[in-house]
Amino acid sequence: MENFTPVTAAIGGILVGLSAALIYAFNGKIAGVSGILGGLIGDKEQGDRLWRVLFAVGMLAGGAIVLAFLPERINVRFDAGLVTMAIAGFLVGYGTRLGNGCTSGHGVCGLARFSFRSFVAVLVFMGCGGVTVFLVKHVF
Amino acid sequence: MGQLIVALVSGMLLGIGLVIANLTDPSKVIDFLDVAGNWDPSVGVVVGCAVVTAAIGFKLAGRRGQPLFAPSFGASRLENIDKRLIIGSGLFGIGWGLSGFCPAPGFLSALFGQLEGYVFIGAMFAGMAVFTLARK
Repeated sequence: MENFTPVTAAIGGILVGLSAALIYAFNGKIAGVSGILGGLIGDKEQGDRLWRVLFAVGMLAGGAIVLAFLPERINVRFDAGLVTMAIAGFLVGYGTRLGNGCTSGHGVCGLARFSFRSFVAVLVFMGCGGVTVFLVKHVF
Repeated sequence: MGQLIVALVSGMLLGIGLVIANLTDPSKVIDFLDVAGNWDPSVGVVVGCAVVTAAIGFKLAGRRGQPLFAPSFGASRLENIDKRLIIGSGLFGIGWGLSGFCPAPGFLSALFGQLEGYVFIGAMFAGMAVFTLARK
């Protein structure tokens, strides 16, 4: 467990929670990233699009600010090749829209609202994620 | 105007938090899901801290009965556990395990200049678009 980084994980988690609390308290919106990004390409009316664009731009700007101070964070490691990344991306995009949420919508916001539906979703995607990693790393 | 500034700031907090926690590194997320291997519980700490913080925030916000810049709270009223929820979350979980990316860190990988990240982002938006088109 030498790769465990509890301090940055806790700081990051609190900021993620603040992000969700802020947009809910002010705008009444749930900060579900799959829903926000999915709405960008959907058939939403004009007035519902700009805040999504700004949220997405904010994410990139926030990430870029941290990278300016912690440039070693750029060294990400991909275990999967391009074909796998393409299949995975498609499954993540389609699956989160079909299931109405991802790690932020069901995971963070849903659990924080004590939604049983989100709790079930989290169990399913954590379970499927765990089984997939087990098969990829330890079986095949 | 207020709503737009809040959306921007909320997005920024999310981007800052995820990069600080290093959740934008797919190998870190895979190490979290790899319970049988070199397990790294960091992602659990991120989600746990985020849930507690958000729960407190939601509780305080709910006391007011109304958001500050909007007429009502728009949280999902859905409660049923249906096939869509299970199959969708299952497909997402498989994609998450294969790549180490869920939507937010995957999207942020645009900052890292690596082809794997761009392929993931393109495929993710394609998957979302197929869902939207198929529903019509």
